[in-house]
Amino acid sequence: MSGLNIFQDLLVSAVAMGTPILFAALGEIITEKSGVQNLGIEGMMYIGAITAFLTGLALTAAGLPVLIAMILVVLLSAIAGAMIASLHAYVCLSLRANQIVSGLALAILGTGLSYYIGTVFITDPTAIISEKFTRFSFADGVTIPFVGEILRGFLNQDLLVYFSYVAVIVVWFFIYKTQKGLNLRAIGENPGAADAVGVNVKLSRYIYVMIGGAFAGIGGASLIISAASVGQWGQGMIAGRGWIAIALVIFARWNPKLVIWGAYLFGIAMALESRAQIYGWFDNIFILKMIPYIVTILVLLITFIFSKQKDIGEPESLAKPYDREER
Amino acid sequence: MIKVEKRLETPKYLLVLTPILSVLVAILFSSILLLVTGEDAIKALDTIFGGSLINWQEVLVNSITLVILSIGVAVAFKMVIWNIGAAGQMMIGMICAAGVALFVPIALKDSIFLIPLMALAAVIGGGLWALISGGAKAIWNVNEVITSLLLNYVALYLLQFLVFGPWKGVTTSGFPQSDPFPAAAKIATIFPTGRLHYGLFVAIAVVIIFYFLLNKSRWGYEIRVIGEGRNVARYGGMSLAKNIIVAMFVSGGLAGLAGAIHVSALEGRLSPHMNTDIGYTAIIVVWLSRLHPLVIGVVSVFMGALLFAETNLPAAGIPYEIAKLLQGSILFFVIAGDFFSRYKVKFVKE
Repeated sequence: MSGLNIFQDLLVSAVAMGTPILFAALGEIITEKSGVQNLGIEGMMYIGAITAFLTGLALTAAGLPVLIAMILVVLLSAIAGAMIASLHAYVCLSLRANQIVSGLALAILGTGLSYYIGTVFITDPTAIISEKFTRFSFADGVTIPFVGEILRGFLNQDLLVYFSYVAVIVVWFFIYKTQKGLNLRAIGENPGAADAVGVNVKLSRYIYVMIGGAFAGIGGASLIISAASVGQWGQGMIAGRGWIAIALVIFARWNPKLVIWGAYLFGIAMALESRAQIYGWFDNIFILKMIPYIVTILVLLITFIFSKQKDIGEPESLAKPYDREER
Repeated sequence: MIKVEKRLETPKYLLVLTPILSVLVAILFSSILLLVTGEDAIKALDTIFGGSLINWQEVLVNSITLVILSIGVAVAFKMVIWNIGAAGQMMIGMICAAGVALFVPIALKDSIFLIPLMALAAVIGGGLWALISGGAKAIWNVNEVITSLLLNYVALYLLQFLVFGPWKGVTTSGFPQSDPFPAAAKIATIFPTGRLHYGLFVAIAVVIIFYFLLNKSRWGYEIRVIGEGRNVARYGGMSLAKNIIVAMFVSGGLAGLAGAIHVSALEGRLSPHMNTDIGYTAIIVVWLSRLHPLVIGVVSVFMGALLFAETNLPAAGIPYEIAKLLQGSILFFVIAGDFFSRYKVKFVKE
């Protein structure tokens, strides 16, 4: 294989690997922009994954056309993610609990719940979704060296990946170019002022926490039904991606446009695990498995070191409860 | 109409009552889920709690590790430093203790100093591992939640790297584990039968020592003040960075100690078996106990029963995951239930 071919293969794999994290991080940006921190992404991704697995098995067995079945699976996983996120919203916003502990509880509960539901499938090799999203290639004809490889890296993907490109643009546009987005930023920066001009802070935060959950649900689902995944449920399958997504939000300074590059950087770190072995670069699987986590920690360190202490772009009222009567 | 009012002071009985009621609600919730999914809920509860009474030694064996981890977590949480990397710090402790046991000079192989040396190495190793997050927090204000959690994965793969690679034993017939430790590296059991070991007394000592350190010492006072408000502490002339570093080192050091006791008393060698969720369990213990060291001692026994149930349930034909689910729902119901200890709910006629 030529160097360019390897480069293209690595890029295709990195984009596919980065996409679940990209979805989760996009959702967390929306949630955190509203002033609520949800550390439970790991649990919500698990709920999304198990929902995708169960509904995927059922819907493909029911004989629906694959594409329609898969789109339904994505929708249902998003709903499941939003529902589990509503627990966090309720506990933090209505019961005014500590957001960090509630997020941890959500991570533990989501993981435990999906493990419990999925337990019968881990020993069943026939429980596999064989018909999933498939790749559509748009850049096969491009013959310019390097440019062609890069284009194919991004444009030889499945519908979920293309949907993630659209989602980045839509989320960015929503946050920075619409009235609702302005309100969203306001309730995260200065909820008192937003309240004074008639924005329903509590209701909005509920909605944005649930939208964040929906994105995390889709992120988890994509680990089951994307073209790059095996279509099988497995304990431990999210493997810290939810936490990496939270780091990514900080790295991207809460900006959807920056988050996409971070996601593919982690995608490369994850793609290396298989690619380094295939190409014979390095074969110690345990060291390779460490790389994404070490990269995340290093990137986080660099982000904090090279930004002025307070100015990392964090919403002013992040994780601070808002109560009209206690102002 | 329902009216919610903030309590100025929480009555003592509510501080005790809400966690207990929350646990009961969590058990009820899990039982309903078992019934809905067609499992025998009564049998599950009997296996978890009845089985724990019969196997009380195993429950305590689990509690020993858990209580030391939880005290460590509580030290950090008191300062509102979120150390959620206890599992990773424990694994580093296991590795350091094993390193001493396996590679110690011959002269020390039968020495009574071997176990203290292993413990010391584990405390230093676990403490330094936690300082990666703690130092970054103290110096650059890097979010310690994420770094400490992600380091769990790094520690896990380091452990696997060692037992599948350089530390793999020559006498293990291909299994990924180290050679057995010398006899002097093993903490003895208390009774002729059963696995309950003298680590129990270390755990009790840790609880008592940290009760006094956290509640009665100058250091504990500084930690509490910092936990209640960073600015107040700064005006009081306390160094935030220094305290974060010390607290994280102690927190990780205790987790390391738990790891040393685990490999020494239970495994007798370094093996890749590790409940990587134990850091989460410790957080649940700490939150249920409201960060109080003595209460942590008691709650650890209860959660030790749930940890034991994870190994005991499959034999009864019930998925062990229900024990994990129960743990997660306990934490959720506890923080939800706290609402009632912080706020008064009144029904007012309009």
